[in-house]
Formats: sequence, structure tokens, C-alpha cells
Amino acid sequence: MKTEYKIITDLIEEKTRVLDVGCDDGTLMESLKKDKNVDARGIEISKDKVQICVSKGLTVIEGNAELDLKQFPNDSFDYVVLGQTLQAFVNPEIVIKELLRVGKKAIITIPNFGHWKVRLNLLIKGTMPITESLPNDWYNTPNIHMCTIKDFVKFSKIINFKIFKSLALTNKNISNINNSNLFYKNLFAELGIFLIEK
Amino acid sequence: MNIKENIKTLVIKKPLKLDCGKTINNFPLAYETYGSLNKNKDNAILVFHALTGDQFVTGINPVTKKDGWWSYAVGPNKSIDTNKYFVICANVIGGCMGSFGPSHKNPDTNKIYGTDFPVITINDMVNAQVSLLDHFEIKKLFSVVGGSMGGMQVLQFISNYPDKANTVVPIACTSNHSAQNIAFNELGRQAIASDHNWSDGKYLSNNTLPDKGLSVARMAAHITYLSKKGLQEKFGRKLQERDALKFGFDADFQIESYLRYQGSVFVDRFDANSYLYITRAMDYFDLVKQFDGNLSNAFKKTKAKFFIISFTSDWLYPTQENKDIVIALNAIGADVGFVEIKSDKGHDSFLLDVPDFLKTLKNFLDKSYSER
Repeated sequence: MKTEYKIITDLIEEKTRVLDVGCDDGTLMESLKKDKNVDARGIEISKDKVQICVSKGLTVIEGNAELDLKQFPNDSFDYVVLGQTLQAFVNPEIVIKELLRVGKKAIITIPNFGHWKVRLNLLIKGTMPITESLPNDWYNTPNIHMCTIKDFVKFSKIINFKIFKSLALTNKNISNINNSNLFYKNLFAELGIFLIEK
Repeated sequence: MNIKENIKTLVIKKPLKLDCGKTINNFPLAYETYGSLNKNKDNAILVFHALTGDQFVTGINPVTKKDGWWSYAVGPNKSIDTNKYFVICANVIGGCMGSFGPSHKNPDTNKIYGTDFPVITINDMVNAQVSLLDHFEIKKLFSVVGGSMGGMQVLQFISNYPDKANTVVPIACTSNHSAQNIAFNELGRQAIASDHNWSDGKYLSNNTLPDKGLSVARMAAHITYLSKKGLQEKFGRKLQERDALKFGFDADFQIESYLRYQGSVFVDRFDANSYLYITRAMDYFDLVKQFDGNLSNAFKKTKAKFFIISFTSDWLYPTQENKDIVIALNAIGADVGFVEIKSDKGHDSFLLDVPDFLKTLKNFLDKSYSER
């Protein structure tokens, strides 16, 4: 299993209700059900992936987070998970507010655009960066709102949500992000993982 | 048509109060079963049929000698696996395959009911069929499954009997008939009523059948079951056994010939008055109104697991109407999955060989059964 999923699973308490937004083939939901005995639900935009989830016995609805989160009442989940898709939304602010309306807490992971390889790529080549975690060209990428770990931390102050826990994933190693190491984590982490609250 | 010997019938003695206010009792409910009920009696699936379906879900229909209407989905190792599940399906009341309907004789007058038959609703259909559970001594069904009007019955069933099914699978349906749905049904009814042979519904006593009217009704309805793209790909402007247009009103085009054929075979197996009654039941269906405008309340009492399926090219019961049911269920935190299957085959997709649909239905049922 991806290290990212393991970290998310660790952040979630047992026997809670979890909504996985963009649940892909349901790998994380399976792990949450197995390891944390959670009541897991998923939303997924791809028909093929919804069908894979169904074949695993997972409860998933085909849908789009920007349109379909609004059908859930306030606080209907203990956690809402959004893995590496915040940057693909037209309006990330509305999405975060919706996540925190539907869930008491949210876990958001973001591919870090501040990573040194990304910076170097742009600096040397002078073209939009293409890396392992960001494999698309500028004209066909779904990622229209890329941000860095630092941007996300700044964003929490702008739109006013609390970051409860922030973790950096660097070469499969996990570490805490705090004010004093933010500069380095923003340079070396591939992924930022944030547990947030209203 | 000597159909009686092939039809299993349960006579329901208990009085059933219909939505129209009348009460019926001692009435027949025709049904068929497939597979076998296990010892724990927890492997039963009640399948509900659509407007022109009947209890003969799969295999050869002993009356029409054609394949059962859901042969693609139901049978050994199929989506609804009869090696595993005990499948029960009943002909709806108001129907014409043995269940109490307008072609039956009124015992009080000894005359065929015709349009004196009481108007029935989806709710009445479901309340009649629940007697089958007592008959087989089944406390709780593993699943209730149905497409189109069958899906409406599924929704009504779980709303009326929240503890009577573990899983609930409404397919290509709606929680209330739209103006467009009612309009198409009215077109069919008017086609029948304007056939001189219909004789105000008394055709069976007069020995004249409103075949023309029923056939036109079927032709119009059949178009609504297909998609524009599907029709275009299958027929386009292809001509029927001719090289050039004939400058007349014969069936020049293949699509005309196809529809005429569909109409002509339909009248051999369906009763015109049943068509009126069943389309009326569909039009009257409004689960939202039954629960004072809040569909969620229809499902508040059930803990069942829902799985809702729609099709991209279905414009009769479009995805959004199916999704409204999903939304109502999510609003109360119910266990609900949903998928829209990609298909060019229109509303009829659920009856046809659509592998993604058949696979998804199988996966949902088998996985839920193994985890029950």
C-alpha cells in the first residue's frame, strides 16, 4: 500500500464514519475498514473505478466532489479525506469549506509544487515542470491550481481553518512540519498531509 | 391461449385495501420461482417486473415460448445467480399473466371486469406481493431488485416494509413520474381508447380485440425505450427490402418495419386494458408526495443497503432522477452506492446484454451476500 494511505489510516480513529472524496479504486477505504473498522463511503468520478469499488463490496457513489458534496448534511462524517485532488478543482476554497461542513475533520494531501525538483525543472528548462508525481504537460494537466506546502499553510489563515496536524512525506519518510522547518519541508517534501478542522 | 396450466398461482385470502378505496380479497397472484430456497431462508430475491413484463423472468416463457424478459441477468452463474439465490417474481395485479386483472371475471356480476376493474397503484402491487413472503415463510429477503416500473416497486416495497430486505436495487427508475412520462403513457392509452374495437373496454365480451390501438401504443412506447444514437446506428435511413423509396405509405424504412413488428408481436401477449391499468399505476406513483415532499422520509426506517444504477442514454428515467434517490438517501446517512453505466441502448439497457451493467449488478449482489 502507498505510504500516503498508511499515514492517512494512522490519522483516523477507530469506528468512525469516513467519506473518501475521489476514492479511486477503493484501496484506502479497504484499509480503513480492515484496520480501523470504520464505516467508509466513497465518491469517485470514474465509472470504471466505481465498478472496481463495487466489486470489492465498498459503498461508493459515482459523482463529482464539486457538485455532489452538497447532498450530505452538516457533520455527517467524522472525517472527510481528499487525496491529491485539491489542485484539480475550479474553486479549492469552496471545496475545503464543503469538506469541513460535511466532515467534523478533513484530511487533505497535496503534491508539493515547492519541491526542489519542480523548482529546478522550471529554473533550468524554463518550461512547466514534469516530475513523477506531476507527469502531465501544462496543456493537458488536470491540476489547474497547484500549490506548495507553504501556500497551503498560508491558505489556512486566509480562509480561516485550523491545521491540526501537518506531515511531510519525503522518500517514504514521514516527518512533522512546524513553523521552524517549513522552509526545508517545502523544499524537500513530495507530499504534504494535513489534518484540518473548522 | 391456454396459459393456466403453466402458471403457479397463490390465492390471497386476506383483504387488501387498495389506494382507490376499494377492498379486494380472494384474488389470484401468479408467480414463478427459480433456484432453491436455502435452509436459513435467507437467499431469496424478489424481482419486480416492468410495465410489460411478467413472472417468467428467465428461461423459456411457457406462454409466449420466447426467452424470459430478464434472461441476460437472471440464471445459473448470471448476475442474479440462480445457483445461489432463490428468485421469486410475481405478475403485478392489474396484469395479464394470471394475476388478478381487468380480463378476469367479476364474481358478483359474472362479467369480465374491463374498465370496471379498480384502479390500482404501485403501492397496491407491492402490498399484494408481500404475501409471497408469508407463503414461502421468508422473514427477510436478501434483496429486492427491479428496473423501470420494477424499480418503483422496489422503492415502494422498502418504504412499506423497511425490515423485509437486506439489499435494495432500484434500476433505471424514478421516485415519481415526470410530466413527460405521463405524456407518453397518455399517448398509449389514447391510442388504445381510440381503437373502435376497444368498445369502452368491453372488447373481451364482444370478442373484438383493439389490436391496432395496442400496437400503436407499443410502437410509441418502444421509441422511448431506445436512444437516438442507438436507433441511428441500428437503422439509420436504411430501406426495408427495397432499393428505392416507393412514394407511398408502406414501411419504406427499416425502422418503420421494426416498430410495426414490435407492435404486432406485442398484441399477441398483452391485454389492452392491462396496459391502461398498469400505465395508470406508474403515472400515479409519487413517493415524494407520499412522504409530504421529503423523499428521505420514505427510507428513514430501513437499515438496508441500497445500490442504484442508471444508464447514460436513458432519457425516459434519466440519471438525474435516479440520482435524486441517491441524494435523498445520503441526506439521512443511508448506506447507498450509485453508478451510471455507459450504454447507447437507452432505457432498455437494463434488459439487454450490457456487460458493465451485468457485471456490476453481480458484483454488488455476490459481495453483499458473502458479507451479510
